[in-house]
Amino acid sequence: MIAVVDYGVGNLFSLRSSFAMIGAEAEVTGDPDRLRAADRIILPGVGAFADAAARLRAAGLDAVLREEAAGGKYILGICLGMQMLFDVSREFGVHPGLGLIPGDVVPMAGRIPPELKIPHIGWNGLIFKREHPLFRYVREGDAVYFVHSYFADRCDDFVLATAEYGAELTAAVGRDNVLGCQFHPEKSGEVGLNILRAFCEMR
Amino acid sequence: MITKRIIPCLDVRDGRVVKGVNFQGLADVSDPVTLAERYSRSGADELVFYDITASAEGRSLFTDILKRTAERVFIPLTVGGGINSLEDFERVLGCGADKVSVNSGAIRRPALIAEAANRYGSQCVILSVDMKRVNGAYRVFAKGGREDTGMDALEWIRRGADLGAGELVINSIDTDGVKNGFDLEMLADVCRLVNIPVIASGGAGKIADFVELFQTLPRVDAGLAASIFHFGEVSIRELKDALAENHILVRRLS
Repeated sequence: MIAVVDYGVGNLFSLRSSFAMIGAEAEVTGDPDRLRAADRIILPGVGAFADAAARLRAAGLDAVLREEAAGGKYILGICLGMQMLFDVSREFGVHPGLGLIPGDVVPMAGRIPPELKIPHIGWNGLIFKREHPLFRYVREGDAVYFVHSYFADRCDDFVLATAEYGAELTAAVGRDNVLGCQFHPEKSGEVGLNILRAFCEMR
Repeated sequence: MITKRIIPCLDVRDGRVVKGVNFQGLADVSDPVTLAERYSRSGADELVFYDITASAEGRSLFTDILKRTAERVFIPLTVGGGINSLEDFERVLGCGADKVSVNSGAIRRPALIAEAANRYGSQCVILSVDMKRVNGAYRVFAKGGREDTGMDALEWIRRGADLGAGELVINSIDTDGVKNGFDLEMLADVCRLVNIPVIASGGAGKIADFVELFQTLPRVDAGLAASIFHFGEVSIRELKDALAENHILVRRLS
């Protein structure tokens, strides 16, 4: 069973439907015991970092995620969920993340040419930085759907893929069993479903 | 780099897709879920569903269609039509919508934009503006383009962006349904004004209109159209091939 972490943030309808589409059993849950019982965990998220991190803490799920990560369970953070895997976010202040992957989440503003619009919204091609089983069914250049104004920085050792938007923005990260996608695989058509499929097969 | 988006728009009434010419003379086209799946498979980058139903019964048909679409179609879905409150946002987001487009509801109560952006994030809030030239200025029209609000459209757009709208749909009533190309002059004036994504709507009749749009106005992010896709006058696959041949970056399916 795949647990999709429900902590009151983001739209989980499409994630649930995505797993149904690829024939994987998924459960949307905020129950720590269900996260412990799961084979894999998806950490979704949209919105503001500080608010999302506070909700995760208030529900006591930050500790559960750290324990499960330490125990070797595969965890995939998506969008803001990916950003929360890092040490710290500099979105409206400085906020601690889960600290599962070393790095900072920083604003795009000032790091990309001013004529480029922020947020980075739309379909952009993946540039692979490392070979990784998450991309076993995907080809370099395949486009995925992004919506974000902040990106993960100073995490070069863990970057699996980037996307070009005036700078090379971190698109996917991985540290052992802890993985993250800045883009939305559940909104990236067949390519996205194939990334979720590959995640379900990782062992 | 980011690709230009092609967005089919489905006007849904009583569970069926309709599209009017100049907003009138509605004609039945097809089943929305089937059409949405077909578009997704042919490379549509996003879909817009406009609920043009008035009745409560039609509204529940609409949310049912939305759910069934979101269960099968894995590209961003925007919903518009009859969005007047945060409860309306909640209702469609809970059925699988990713973004919500506001129009008349935001004209009546502009704070809706800020409230929704605060709760769901700007990326979720699209301001859709029906614009028309009146006495040498752009005016905002409401109620599906039937009513002149007297508001200056460029001022409204700037205000909407300041309130937190994450994207704009600019629909030119002057070119809508005419199929003679997008309203490049109007779109250029909007693009100069804001730094959020602009989705061009109204006037596309053939592939060359999209090529012209993106070549003339590189700051336009997406092109939206309805009937030319529904009736098969333009296939999305061929449209994307043509855009790519003209060195416009688009997402293509392998």
